[in-house]
Amino acid sequence: MDGAVPPDGVRYVAKNMRLDLRLIADMIAPGSRVLDIGCGEGTLIDHLYRTKGCDARGIEIDMAEVTRAVVHGLPVMHGDADNDLAQYPDGAFDYVVLSRTLQAVERPREVLRQMLRIGRSALVSFPNFGHWKVRWQLLWSGRMPMTSVWARPWHETPNIHPCTIRDFFMLCAEEGYVVEKWLAVDDAGQRSPWRRAAGMANLFGEQALFQLRRK
Amino acid sequence: MIRTAMDQPAPSEPSLPEIDHQRAVFADGLVLECGTRLARLEVAYRTYGHLNAEKTNAILICHALTGDQYVAETQPITGKPGWWDMVVGPGLPIDTDRFFVISTNVLGGCMGTTGPRSPRDDGPGLWGTDFPPVTIKDMVSAQKLLIDHFGIARLFAVIGGSMGGMQVLQWAASFPDMVFAAVPIATAAYHSAQNIAFNEVGRQSIFADPDWEGGRYWESGKVPARGLGVARMVAHITYLSEEALTRKFGRRVRPGRELTMFGDMFEVQSYLHHQGSTFVRRFDANSYLTITRATDFFDLAEEHGGSLAAAFSGSRTRFCLISFSSDWLYPTAESRAIARALNGAAANVSFVEIASDKGHDAFLLDEPDFHRALAGFLSGCAEHAGLP
Repeated sequence: MDGAVPPDGVRYVAKNMRLDLRLIADMIAPGSRVLDIGCGEGTLIDHLYRTKGCDARGIEIDMAEVTRAVVHGLPVMHGDADNDLAQYPDGAFDYVVLSRTLQAVERPREVLRQMLRIGRSALVSFPNFGHWKVRWQLLWSGRMPMTSVWARPWHETPNIHPCTIRDFFMLCAEEGYVVEKWLAVDDAGQRSPWRRAAGMANLFGEQALFQLRRK
Repeated sequence: MIRTAMDQPAPSEPSLPEIDHQRAVFADGLVLECGTRLARLEVAYRTYGHLNAEKTNAILICHALTGDQYVAETQPITGKPGWWDMVVGPGLPIDTDRFFVISTNVLGGCMGTTGPRSPRDDGPGLWGTDFPPVTIKDMVSAQKLLIDHFGIARLFAVIGGSMGGMQVLQWAASFPDMVFAAVPIATAAYHSAQNIAFNEVGRQSIFADPDWEGGRYWESGKVPARGLGVARMVAHITYLSEEALTRKFGRRVRPGRELTMFGDMFEVQSYLHHQGSTFVRRFDANSYLTITRATDFFDLAEEHGGSLAAAFSGSRTRFCLISFSSDWLYPTAESRAIARALNGAAANVSFVEIASDKGHDAFLLDEPDFHRALAGFLSGCAEHAGLP
């Protein structure tokens, strides 16, 4: 059954966390208020509560994941980035996290606006569509790229708004957001040698992580 | 037509048996929202488990429209197991080895708490239909007297489904500092026109029964069994889902039945008749009128200028909203609206819809994901509350 839930609670530890979640966790100050949009079964919020004493909450679109999170005693609600941010009051959180979800929302620009309305700081990670393998596949085969990051065919992918690192910088400039930190990594978590050069990062980074704030 | 078709109750259905329910008596009474003062208030209750020395492990369970305080033990009239004996008990989701569970009969009820069957304040006889109109908030006020009576400053949790969920919401809105965690299940923050409409059919059915006798049936020792039975039948349909009815009965015909104009031929008919006829042996018609009216009045946002978020402004309570996918009486959209209002108050919210084909009644039935979510939420809250 889709909604099946393991009967006993398995606690998550940092070493089992996805790379981008570990990098995000490192950016979050202890004791802060955090909203994790697309939190899955709540790995990051559990980690932030246990290791940093954060008041961390989550929103998740997949009901089976929500159920698993609630079974683990985590404050997660069923909802999605497009429809469930507008209700929060301004400045309700110190950090609003959107990990590997931006490319799947209906209105990315509006979601970012809401994140920076309800949060002091937005932490956004996304897979980089500008990676050389993606470019090469499209150029060479003339077909939609399929890589380990972009692993589903065009007609089945939920990723309706892919973007590159350059695209994201452009959007931040248009919206007047301050990029406080950014980094790009490959799947193994290597950051150098292109860690500070956006053009290189856009070619060799498989995932990007941005920390934004309003001007 | 129903008269000839229904399993006939005995011509003079005896009124509800008198049972010596466990009660707390509040001699100062209670001022109701309508302005009337009940001079004397009795609250019938049951408890399970042990209250710890710090009095921090108490859970209040609020029952639904026709529930009662016998949550996890034999119901004294029907002899059947308690309505939540799958959920409340040692090692169960609401674990009585850890928590002290309190359940009351609601104000206006017929299982020992002051209601239409109680002696009236202002003269001889019973209240009957002269019992003042009570609200969900009045029910909560009566429960609060009992909680104060126990010397409990803060409830670890308030939990309830359906009308019980309305009481949970009212508790969290009226006494936010007294509620550490709140679990409103399969409920809504107001009664919709459809909810009110179904209740009205039930009430009109009671009024139309000549044995109701203008609400004074208790004087002649009668019970408006047909009217109350039909009210229950209608309500029971709203507690189920089309899938559940199809799965349980489909179009199956009762064995040995020949086609007659009005006899009950289909299994679903006799099932409903059974639901109606057993209900009238355990429930009072005037209580049914009183309590359905209380649910119809319920609109939590109304007392906060129309904003549900304002009702929970500044709340530090941890909420867990649970709905069921096939519940069309209090559909998931109602729980989602509450969750969004709680977001508007920046409250701590968990919200999950449990996949079930059992309709509204799912919260009373064996739904493993629901029970695990409830247990998990309470364990998480216990950790935050510093409870063992």
